[in-house]
Amino acid sequence: MNAAATEADHHHGPAPGLMRWVTTTNHKDIGTLYLWFSFIMFFIGGLMALIIRSELFQPGLTIVDPHFFNQMTTMHALIMIFGVVMPAFVGLANWMLPIMVGAPDMALPRMNNWSFWILPFGFGIMLSTLFMDGGGPAAGWTLYPPLSLQTGDAFPYLIFSIHMLGVSSIMGAINIVATIMNLRAPGMTFMKMPLFVWTWFITAYLLIAVMPVLAGAVTMLLTDKFFGTSFFNAAGGGDPVMFQHIFWFFGHPEVYILILPSFGLVSEIIPTFSRKRLFGYSSMVYATASIAFLSFIVWAHHMFTVGMPLTGELFFMFTTMLIAVPTGVKVFNWVSTMWRGAMTFETPMLFALGFVVMFTIGGFSGLMLAMTPIDFQYHDTYFVVAHFHYVLVPGAIFGIIAGVYYWLPKWTGNMYNETLGKWHFWTSTVFVNILFFPMHFVGLAGMPRRIPDYAVQFADFNAIATIGAFGFGFSQILLLVLVIKCIRGGDKATDQVWEGAQGLEWTLSSPPPYHSFSVQPVIK
Amino acid sequence: MKNIQRVPGALLGAILLVLSGSALADWQLNLTEGVTEISREVYDMHMMVLWICVVIGVLVFGAMFYSILKHRKSQGAVPATFHESMVAEVGWTVVPFVILIVMALPAAKALIKMEDSSNSDITIKVTGHQWKWEYEYVDSGVHFFSSLDTASREAGVKNSGVDVNSVENYLLDVDNRIIVPVGKKIRFLLTSNDVIHAWWVPAFAIKKDAIPGYINEMWTNIDEEGVYRGQCAELCGKDHGYMPIVVEAVSEERYNEWVGEQIAAAEAEANSADKKWAMDDLMARGESVYATACAACHQANGQGIPGVFPGLVDSPIALGDVKAHIDIVLNGKAGTAMQAFGAQLSDVDAAAIVTYERNAWGNDTGDVVQPSEIKELR
Ligand code: HEC
Ligand SMILES: [Cu+2]
Repeated sequence: MNAAATEADHHHGPAPGLMRWVTTTNHKDIGTLYLWFSFIMFFIGGLMALIIRSELFQPGLTIVDPHFFNQMTTMHALIMIFGVVMPAFVGLANWMLPIMVGAPDMALPRMNNWSFWILPFGFGIMLSTLFMDGGGPAAGWTLYPPLSLQTGDAFPYLIFSIHMLGVSSIMGAINIVATIMNLRAPGMTFMKMPLFVWTWFITAYLLIAVMPVLAGAVTMLLTDKFFGTSFFNAAGGGDPVMFQHIFWFFGHPEVYILILPSFGLVSEIIPTFSRKRLFGYSSMVYATASIAFLSFIVWAHHMFTVGMPLTGELFFMFTTMLIAVPTGVKVFNWVSTMWRGAMTFETPMLFALGFVVMFTIGGFSGLMLAMTPIDFQYHDTYFVVAHFHYVLVPGAIFGIIAGVYYWLPKWTGNMYNETLGKWHFWTSTVFVNILFFPMHFVGLAGMPRRIPDYAVQFADFNAIATIGAFGFGFSQILLLVLVIKCIRGGDKATDQVWEGAQGLEWTLSSPPPYHSFSVQPVIK
Repeated sequence: MKNIQRVPGALLGAILLVLSGSALADWQLNLTEGVTEISREVYDMHMMVLWICVVIGVLVFGAMFYSILKHRKSQGAVPATFHESMVAEVGWTVVPFVILIVMALPAAKALIKMEDSSNSDITIKVTGHQWKWEYEYVDSGVHFFSSLDTASREAGVKNSGVDVNSVENYLLDVDNRIIVPVGKKIRFLLTSNDVIHAWWVPAFAIKKDAIPGYINEMWTNIDEEGVYRGQCAELCGKDHGYMPIVVEAVSEERYNEWVGEQIAAAEAEANSADKKWAMDDLMARGESVYATACAACHQANGQGIPGVFPGLVDSPIALGDVKAHIDIVLNGKAGTAMQAFGAQLSDVDAAAIVTYERNAWGNDTGDVVQPSEIKELR
């Protein structure tokens, strides 16, 4: 309560009008910007997904041309990864990390403003490529050469926009590391940090380590295309497979960047609604760190079919299978946290539980993919598409949505509409499974990924998946309505909000003052 | 709760299953067992891992749902206070580790076998092209290209007016199958002429990338005669979905017969290059070769795709110097998608295509290019 009392001492609030959002250096404002940006991109990327699914509803080319189809799959992935999941995580981090560690703001507020405002421009450039001569990028988000070098006028714009997104991510990550290292309240030792802080701390290091690798790889593509180098051109002494190694050295840690913060969110939410402390806190921290470490030595499992030497294939198979161990530890710890708790099932908890179940399903298919001899059958089929959508949609994105519901009353000062929230959960969960589960079947039956048309024996499951896609897409409108209603009003939220919630964020008023913790809290 | 949620999906599936009696779909849910020793081994391993996952899933989700049902506040549950257990933590680190080793051992064994392509009986070189496959039987010199069959190609375009369900093996049929004998170790050497492709036939459980500048190896040994279909499995551009693979496994006698026929046909083709061709014959042949070799990019109407593939109607090259035209067809243009077609086209085919391009779609130059001219310029 002392924080609410100190609010009166603060004379300067936000700047008036639109300029507030342009010039803001306030972590809450920037968090809000990130979250809205991510939400808008979610609908744009979702629209592309619906174009893809509409084309695949029936066999035969019905709506788009193959070249445009490839642009859609490429852009859908780039947007969902760099424009939705990552900015949403950074938004949540901006809003909550300073509060959770008892800091007044992020450590580097001006840089914070920059790292957000780069994003809309980066994506503006990227989206504009769709209207250029030759269309947008169509070589898949992985940009494998030589195919990616066949991109038309879009190519340099694409590379430049990727650089911008990378710069934004790196700045965001540095800010998070600096905040956590320097601004923790007295008494908050590392092993007392909430798990969301821990998982973001580790994620930030991953980002700083690998985003420059991506930048290097795409720059080499750029010079291959325009300046006559032959990094990846076999005819000039280069090596197209080298690109894949470099790309996945970035790409595999990247997939953990896309999931670790969600692990953290779920680890906050499950204890709250189980009214019981998180089981195995320290093993959760160590498991996260081990996953992060392992993520650097498994990259080539994305490319088992490139013809690596046998020893390489064995090495990457063993290390990849090893990741199942720390990941399993996390799942067991979540279940043990629920065990003999006193659970209630408000919307954040429902999404967290959905996360645990469906992320684990994605984990199981991941384990199957890890085994090289059978990966030869799965690789580049819809089985892989099912796998990574399970870990990314009911995985990463359900985690984000759970976090949004969890903290929405804190942010707005109003309770959201619980009935609407439950509807959102159940429709999303039912449809997400109708959407992605059949993809396992068509994948195993032999349907390659990234094809605009398919043999007729795959027709029925594709039709079902498309129905699921539209259901899932439209369900997200419920979230939009719910959030807008909640911002506009509703039952007043208490400071504590949730009966079982622990942590510094619940000691502040709802909504928190514009500048949190002018007086440092002390953790005993 | 989560179990209930999957019910609507299953229900919907069941309803559609009943309704779709007429559809061609076969609702295949699982991996194929295939027709080779390796493919069966792979299938068994797939089933083993699947069942391990199912058992772990039942245990973990079982505990979770039990907890969800019993340990809820509305049931009057009072939260326990435990939050740590060394025994449990060590247990669920060590046990999964052991399970992983049990899984990894057979996988490693199978992998070692799969990667050993020594002592093969037949070697076939496979080259990926945008968007067709080239096959070369290294031992006998049989050599041909294999692209999507015309029925699928015509039915597959937008507004084709053809119901794709009526096309047999839609998108999975080719003009020239590769023929191999059963019971022989067949080694494939894979490479590419342009971008990365991947050669995959599920029934053999083998898939490998065809990469420019690389020669990758893999092998198979087919037990049963039959026709086996697969597709390119690495995004290779616009028509990635349109480069299927068809392998016909036959008896050894039939195979040898086929090789003989192929060699004889190649000789006949070489002889026909020496004669003088009439314009009509060249145009007819040109149209069909153009449809398989060039139309994917330059389009059947010669208009190309603006910004990506130039149109050939009114093109300065197609209307200009014949030599320059022949040159770009034979030698391609470095650094663009326009590849060198010299190696893929016989003299007759190249002459027919150039003649066709110079006289079709209103490009009425009247030029007739003879196979002998091509021969000279090679
Ligand atoms: C993979 C796509 C692709 C295929 C298949 C293809 N081309 Fe091309 N073609 C191109 C591209 C791209 C160019 C433009 C090259 C450049 O930048 O000058 C081109 C240029 C040409 C030109 C010069 C046009 C001009 O006005 O500059 C001719 C003639 C031509 N192709 C003929 C053919 C013939 C004949 C075939 C079939 C044997 C064929 N192409 C197959 C992509 C293709
Ligand atoms: Cu291909």
